[in-house]
Amino acid sequence: MTATDRTFPGGEPRIAGAPDAPAPVLDLRDVTKVYGGENAATAVHALRGVTLTVERGDYVAVMGASGSGKSTLMNIIGCLDVPSGGRYRLDGRDVGGLDERRLAILRNRRIGFVFQSFNLIPRMTALANVELPLAYGGVRRDERRRRALAALAEVGLADRVKHEPNALSGGQQQRVAVARALVTAPTLLLADEPTGALDSGSTADVLAIFDRLSRTGRTLVVITHEEEVAAHAKRIVRLVDGRVVADLRRAPVGAPPPRPGRHREGLR
Amino acid sequence: MILEVLRFALRGIGANKLRTGLTTLGILIGVAAVITLVAVGNGSSKAIRDSIQRLGANTLTVTKSTTGRAGRFGGGSGGGFGGGFGGGGFRGGGAAGAPGGDAGQGGGGPRVQARDLTMDDAKALVDRVNAPSVKSASPVANAQQSTVSFGGSSTTVGQFVGTTPTYLEAADRRIQSGAAFSDGDVAAGERVAVIGSSVARDLFAGVNPLGQRFTVSGTAFTVVGVLKESGSGSSGFQDADSVVIAPITAVRGTLAPYGGLSQIVVEARDASRVDSAQAEVTDLLDQRHGITGTAAADFQVTSQAGIQSAVADSNRTFTVLLGAVAAISLLVGGIGITNIMLVTVTERTREIGVRKALGAPRGAILGQFVAEATVLSLLGGVLGVVAGVVASRFTIAGVKPVLVPSSIVLALGVSVAVGLLFGSLPAHRAARLRPIEALRHD
Repeated sequence: MTATDRTFPGGEPRIAGAPDAPAPVLDLRDVTKVYGGENAATAVHALRGVTLTVERGDYVAVMGASGSGKSTLMNIIGCLDVPSGGRYRLDGRDVGGLDERRLAILRNRRIGFVFQSFNLIPRMTALANVELPLAYGGVRRDERRRRALAALAEVGLADRVKHEPNALSGGQQQRVAVARALVTAPTLLLADEPTGALDSGSTADVLAIFDRLSRTGRTLVVITHEEEVAAHAKRIVRLVDGRVVADLRRAPVGAPPPRPGRHREGLR
Repeated sequence: MILEVLRFALRGIGANKLRTGLTTLGILIGVAAVITLVAVGNGSSKAIRDSIQRLGANTLTVTKSTTGRAGRFGGGSGGGFGGGFGGGGFRGGGAAGAPGGDAGQGGGGPRVQARDLTMDDAKALVDRVNAPSVKSASPVANAQQSTVSFGGSSTTVGQFVGTTPTYLEAADRRIQSGAAFSDGDVAAGERVAVIGSSVARDLFAGVNPLGQRFTVSGTAFTVVGVLKESGSGSSGFQDADSVVIAPITAVRGTLAPYGGLSQIVVEARDASRVDSAQAEVTDLLDQRHGITGTAAADFQVTSQAGIQSAVADSNRTFTVLLGAVAAISLLVGGIGITNIMLVTVTERTREIGVRKALGAPRGAILGQFVAEATVLSLLGGVLGVVAGVVASRFTIAGVKPVLVPSSIVLALGVSVAVGLLFGSLPAHRAARLRPIEALRHD
């Protein structure tokens, strides 16, 4: 990518940040996604033109009912899928023209995924699971171990490094998954219904970790349909039928995330 | 990175031990079969080679040639050899051909009459002047009846040979106990016999055979000697120890009709003079049988070298066939690997999706599954080599297998190739999976 790619046409709506701030982490312009190919009759419009910019350090909750296109949006943001139309820049880099290999590198270095169903690799210890993205990124073994242990310590699982996923509770598994997402120091932490499979206690644990990460300046995008989760975000984007229908800022990008209990009324 | 991919592959293999074991077993059996069967083929060749060598590299066999049997096996018919060779498998097209049949040899002129080999022919071959390379010439007449009985028991002997004492030396048959019959016995037509160890065991169970009398077609023979075991009973063709050797005069008078000899076994003075002995024998018999110019000979002189190479040829075919059967089982094992890897890839679709989401490049996924398949087949290959080598230490179907080192290398190499080849289809399928679809899979 060249420097010219980083300059946008004039009159771009910038949400926050200093004028000389680096390129936004996410910059989606009128992104569409159509499934079902050319035939107009069978085509499904999952995204009908989403424009979204997320600055570094923001904590965004993307909300919507099932079928609203939020999973499709997550796949596109996560570079797991490519948009049918529009433009998507991740960290200033246009994702549109990249081949599979480059997308894999991008996912490895820039994005940390947290899935609803944890998606830890069975029969691999927590440590090995956390080391996995580093292994694919070509990080040396001792360095890998050091960083993986640090990430596990950050989610409070320093004493569970040798446990395999089936020996961990759901909440612990999800914390391992968060550690795995963090370990590469990605530009964006992308979580898809991270608490969907957790009880309330574990949900609180995971959300507390997200809050802490946000306070340390990480950029988070959480896709959820739970108000309780969205209550932790600095900004809430609502999707309906593949379009952004509401974009509510609840705290400035540079500020700490809101405290849910106090601001709950602001959600409605 | 490569090390990591290999580690992932090993973890995958360790995950389902029963499945790994069974898949490995397929390759194991294939590789072990290749090694063992090739060793068996090789062992049987070696046994035959040894028995031919034991018979003596310096012997020649003269046989009557009536129907122009093209094969060089003519010399073997009638089983004049003591070396576990000359069984039915090598008999040309039946014993006596049509009399006066065309020789069909070398396009020579029509033969007026094929003359039998006679005792006089055999005597004439021992000639210090005209045949200096010939040490001895033993006439051989084979009895047609070969069921012998003693007391209440009876047994069928592989060969019932009527000959002279020199035959024992030419055919390298040693006496274990008792003594060989003498020239005097031959001259007198004494009904005495030297029996092979198998006959001694089968017919005279628990009785010292020396001095006992057994009968063949109503004719009684007295046992004067027992032969040493030839040790080639395992050649898989014929038990060389199932033999009775008696003075030719006694056999011809009773069991074999007068007339032509089955063959004459000629012993050269030493191995280096076999060729000259062959020439001398041919010249002498040409003279005696009145073969001149382009007329086709009515006899055939066969040296062991010729038989040996013919046997080696047929054995090579045998070994190749055995190897081919084994190779098919290796192929089946390979298909087993493909099958199990396809199942594995389907089972682990979600894992593949996760790995891809975490940034695993296509090559890493491909490598992981190819490595998994290759390790499976290599594991099977190594265990198969061990099994094959162990199996080759036992006697199989009467053959002492002889390992062929190149078959081990080949079988191992093929097993690795099988893993690479048969693992690449499922691995490609895994590498091609799109992460979103793989992640949705459950």
